[in-house]
Amino acid sequence: MSGTCESIMTSNQTLFSYVLRLADDHLILSQRLGEWCGEAPTLEEDLALANIALDLIGQARALYAYAGQVEGRGRDEDQLAFMRYERDYQNLLITEQPNGDFAHTIVRQFFISAYMDSFWRRMESSKDEMLAAIAAKASKEVTYHLRHTSEWVIRLGDGTRESHERMVEALDDLMMFTGELFEIDAVAQEMLQSGVGVDASDLKAEWQHTVQTILQEATLELPKAGHMQTGGRTGRHSEHLGHILSELQYMQRSFPGLTW
Amino acid sequence: MTRTPDQHAQNPSPQSLQQAAWAAAAAVPDPEIPVVTIADLGILRSISLDEEGCIVAQVTPTYSGCPATNLIQQMVLEALNEAGFENVRVESVLSPAWTTDWISSEGREKLRQFGIAPPTETSNSKRALFGETLVTCPHCGSGETERVSEFGSTPCKALYRCLACREPFDYFKCH
Repeated sequence: MSGTCESIMTSNQTLFSYVLRLADDHLILSQRLGEWCGEAPTLEEDLALANIALDLIGQARALYAYAGQVEGRGRDEDQLAFMRYERDYQNLLITEQPNGDFAHTIVRQFFISAYMDSFWRRMESSKDEMLAAIAAKASKEVTYHLRHTSEWVIRLGDGTRESHERMVEALDDLMMFTGELFEIDAVAQEMLQSGVGVDASDLKAEWQHTVQTILQEATLELPKAGHMQTGGRTGRHSEHLGHILSELQYMQRSFPGLTW
Repeated sequence: MTRTPDQHAQNPSPQSLQQAAWAAAAAVPDPEIPVVTIADLGILRSISLDEEGCIVAQVTPTYSGCPATNLIQQMVLEALNEAGFENVRVESVLSPAWTTDWISSEGREKLRQFGIAPPTETSNSKRALFGETLVTCPHCGSGETERVSEFGSTPCKALYRCLACREPFDYFKCH
């Protein structure tokens, strides 16, 4: 009897953890992109980056709401987003990396969009109905993100000497954060076995194909995979996350429960 | 005092209640594009009556991050209250995911007249990375148009310009 209860509890905790980390990925990346608002090179691009950030925050919101429901402790999407500390966040390290120049922002978004495009499409057939429903919406949205960033990768890579060099530098800087995209830990493993999660390790070949096809057209190359950074899924972050959270959470930390 | 719609003045049948509620909710305009209603856009998914006699309105978001989603839910609630329904619940449903195919032909026509090019009919190029879409200018009807930006003034629109009449216009993205 108690054994059954425990196993249900464990699997609920695993699902909570799995949904929460996905939500964290989307929230943090969205917050990063939002920093471009009013700063992008052209008005159209300003709108584009803000729109992508908006899609991501919508996805994050659905995921946080679901995570709160799975957890069953009465925490809603706002509490999960605003009232957790740095070490509780489980986002991938690439999502918290600084915007850098426009090339860095584009490469970061391109790497992640290529990944999420495959990820969400597979998640559409998850046994978890809510995740499948969120995936059905998200996969359509990420198609646009991938197309938009692919166009920029080609334009910048095959553009001027300056833009090409900056792209090379951005690819070199961000490559070390791509290993983490395909890692499988105990949480992901359990979700995979129960037919809920996606086999991230299996997405690597597809990701490489998508990325390389575009890079080739852009006269660029994917850097050799060297040392890969890891730790986001266990709350070990780069120094950047704390700064993002201090800005993101400022209002709710100063005035808990504030609404307007 | 709340008004009681004629349809359910005395012992109304569940069907007539549902119909009256549908009519009230369906008339709610989209807050971003007020020429079309949420029924035209396919955002209002269903109206039903639960066991306790509560009217349940189901709405669906167009895009995950659409900021109008909350406002639409509030507007549906108010429209139903206004029509005399006090016991009302508005639910958001994600599945099956909304697509532009759910926009009615009347809705498409209203969009065109408002100057927004309606989404092209279901295309198999949606997944194609650089799939070309033929977008017709809502002002002069020319097919000679070009995309200015994939992302426009709202998450559901892209920015185009007509090469024939030179007018810029919004295109409701096929989704």
